[in-house]
Amino acid sequence: MAHTPTGLKRWLMSTNHKDIGTLYLIFSLSMLFLGGAFALVIRAELFEPGLQYVDPHFFNQMTTVHALVMVFGAVMPGFVGFANWMIPLQVGAPDMALPRLNNFSFWILPFAFTLLISSFFVPGGAPAAGWTLYAPLTIQGGMSVDMAIVAIHIMGVSSIMGAINVIVTVLNMRAPGMTLMKMPLFVWTWLITAFLLIAVMPVFAGAVTMLLTDRHFGTAFFDPAGGGDPVLYQHIFWFFGHPEVYIMILPAFGIISAIIPTFARKPLFGYSSMVFATAAIAFLSFIVWAHHMFTVGMPLQGELFFMYSTMLIAVPTGVKIFNWLSTMWRGSMTFETPMLYSIAVVFLFTIGGLSGIMLAITPVDFQYHDTYFVVAHFHYVLFSGAVMAMMGGAYYWLPKWTGHMYNETLGKWHFWLTTIFFNITFFPQHFLGLAGMPRRYADYPIQFTEFNQWSSVGAFGLGISQLLFVYIIVQTVRGGEKATDEVWENPEGLEWTVPSPAPFHTFEEQPTVK
Amino acid sequence: MVLNFLKVFQLKKHILQVLLTLSALLMTTISHVAVAAYEYDFPEQKTQIGRELTDLHHFVFYVCLAIMVFVTIWMFASIFMHRKSRGVEPANFSHSTTLEIIWTAVPVLILIVMAIPATKMLIKMEDTTKSDITIKVTGYQWKWQYEYLADNVDFYSTISTPRDQIDQYNNDAPVPQGENYLQETDNHVVIPAGKKVRILLTANDVIHAWWVPKLGGKKDAIPGYINEMWIRADEDAIGTYRGRCAELCGKDHAFMPIVVDVVSQEDYETWLAANADTASDQIKSVAAAKLAQPKQSVATTE
Repeated sequence: MAHTPTGLKRWLMSTNHKDIGTLYLIFSLSMLFLGGAFALVIRAELFEPGLQYVDPHFFNQMTTVHALVMVFGAVMPGFVGFANWMIPLQVGAPDMALPRLNNFSFWILPFAFTLLISSFFVPGGAPAAGWTLYAPLTIQGGMSVDMAIVAIHIMGVSSIMGAINVIVTVLNMRAPGMTLMKMPLFVWTWLITAFLLIAVMPVFAGAVTMLLTDRHFGTAFFDPAGGGDPVLYQHIFWFFGHPEVYIMILPAFGIISAIIPTFARKPLFGYSSMVFATAAIAFLSFIVWAHHMFTVGMPLQGELFFMYSTMLIAVPTGVKIFNWLSTMWRGSMTFETPMLYSIAVVFLFTIGGLSGIMLAITPVDFQYHDTYFVVAHFHYVLFSGAVMAMMGGAYYWLPKWTGHMYNETLGKWHFWLTTIFFNITFFPQHFLGLAGMPRRYADYPIQFTEFNQWSSVGAFGLGISQLLFVYIIVQTVRGGEKATDEVWENPEGLEWTVPSPAPFHTFEEQPTVK
Repeated sequence: MVLNFLKVFQLKKHILQVLLTLSALLMTTISHVAVAAYEYDFPEQKTQIGRELTDLHHFVFYVCLAIMVFVTIWMFASIFMHRKSRGVEPANFSHSTTLEIIWTAVPVLILIVMAIPATKMLIKMEDTTKSDITIKVTGYQWKWQYEYLADNVDFYSTISTPRDQIDQYNNDAPVPQGENYLQETDNHVVIPAGKKVRILLTANDVIHAWWVPKLGGKKDAIPGYINEMWIRADEDAIGTYRGRCAELCGKDHAFMPIVVDVVSQEDYETWLAANADTASDQIKSVAAAKLAQPKQSVATTE
């Protein structure tokens, strides 16, 4: 039996996929609270017209850092945490293929975020140009922009190393008999996500490096006065940015595809079409980027191309939705917390997907663009898609991780509070956007007051409800009803063949898949 | 029905009670908004393009709504019918090629049905030819400059909402906000009703976006670029329309509104005459030079 390190050393020097997974998940949850706190500053200021609490410059810092923290600190590391814990367990491998790389890719993250957050304390405050860091506005920023750029480089390195690890593990360490088309869908979605990460993180690194040299070394990539082009930045950014969107949602699809069959007691419908749909979404994500920039004045042909390609994404996404619904159809469903989350994700993500189709229609996007309609849209896919899928996944696998069942009543409470407050927060934002309220506004004309108040009240409820999540997790870690190896009723997958809690080292003897 | 629902989600009655109380509390807290006029859709459009845009928006919305209703019915039918507590034995099917072909093909058809009117609409909106007048709009941090290129009219337009209505940090004596809070400027843009107005957009520092919701569409004002858009206000649209900057441009992004007066042709001409020659020679020569450049825009459609 290999040794089991203890104390600080166990965590700092860990090469164990489970410990590193736990570190990632704890990190992600802390960032969720930090990013959430920034969001509450935004919502407090927007409760009424007029400036009550913060000045507009600080408000812009809040919107910018909220997004950066949520995207790069909460959602992406969260999914890496799930990957670390579950991929070796699901493919029957004893660990990730590259354990030291794994340790390194986690432990550079806290430094990246320390750098990003400490930028609040330099002259001029944190970056305030939006998470998209559009030039030339970013060129005007203070030294915090440089700190953010370095932080982004570190996050990118971390993501790329994590992605390499996933690819190497999945392609080389599957148990005998587990062919690619027998892999659990969570593994598939992560494999494809990993390729997306390797493809686009360097592009983002390139974009922010060009910003850096524009700021300090006399280049003019994005400065028209020197022959540069501000729109070039947007093209490069969104060439990264759109695949990034799918990086944040594909693993969520994987989690949902694991949970629904378990609680429907019925195999996943259309497994191979799920795999192909995921691959199709990943491919399309590279040819739709300019739908984020319909108002920059592209040629008509360009606008048409990006409208058509964007609309096409609805097809593989629709296939996924229909497959989940068919999995539920004629199943024998029960509604434990993970299932409730999955159902809500399918339902709410569909709303976000449909508003995405509306946004794809270029001429009407001229009205929707840069309004709260967009804010509502991407929170429906990012929060009620990605984040709620992770919450569902946490409840689903928490018994396997800790060896204890979570408190089902509290779990349901957490689910209902989250879902209700989420909708109170973000549904009215559709209306705000249609009625004409632009996003990233520190203050607004009085006709937008009512829906903003709904949204602010909902946001505080949503934020406070998450304390319950932490409480449930802590309670489950510390004790509770013993979980069986299978935890649920006949769930599919190798992770349910190991004891609960999963011992420090698993699959030292290779399992076989028939 | 409600009881069924409770059973389905294994919700205990007291949970429902608390949820109801909670929502009642929420309603009370913000009950004063119940009487307010909620604006939840595009404001009433004052251009033909704007109305067609609204129709297209409604068409796409209703298609999406129909899909949502379909998904909802399917999902909740499963939830009610196919649950363990009703003693249902799970089926064991896991694919159906026919179904999968259907739900790949049908969405493609639906998308084509949406794409056709969208394409027509887009071609119409991008056609800036045969305009009657041309106004060049320049975004600054944080004001707009308007140049009527053929008529020697040039002015800046800055927010005119008093600062003490905005700054409410000291909440002891808040100054009440006016009806047009954050939507009023010192100088208004004036355009004639019924005429095709071509708007050239650029910016002097960072990217801005010029948007008057009731006049349809927005476009970015980007330094180094000259973008184009056009509006034709209805003959009977005489009145004042308010808009705002829609691209994050720094600290006072929310404080650079746009106010457009749509007037009759006679009033327009009177206004032009009264305001002509305000352009400084320097600005005129810069504008002329910019217009003379053959490479007028890297990115607009011709």
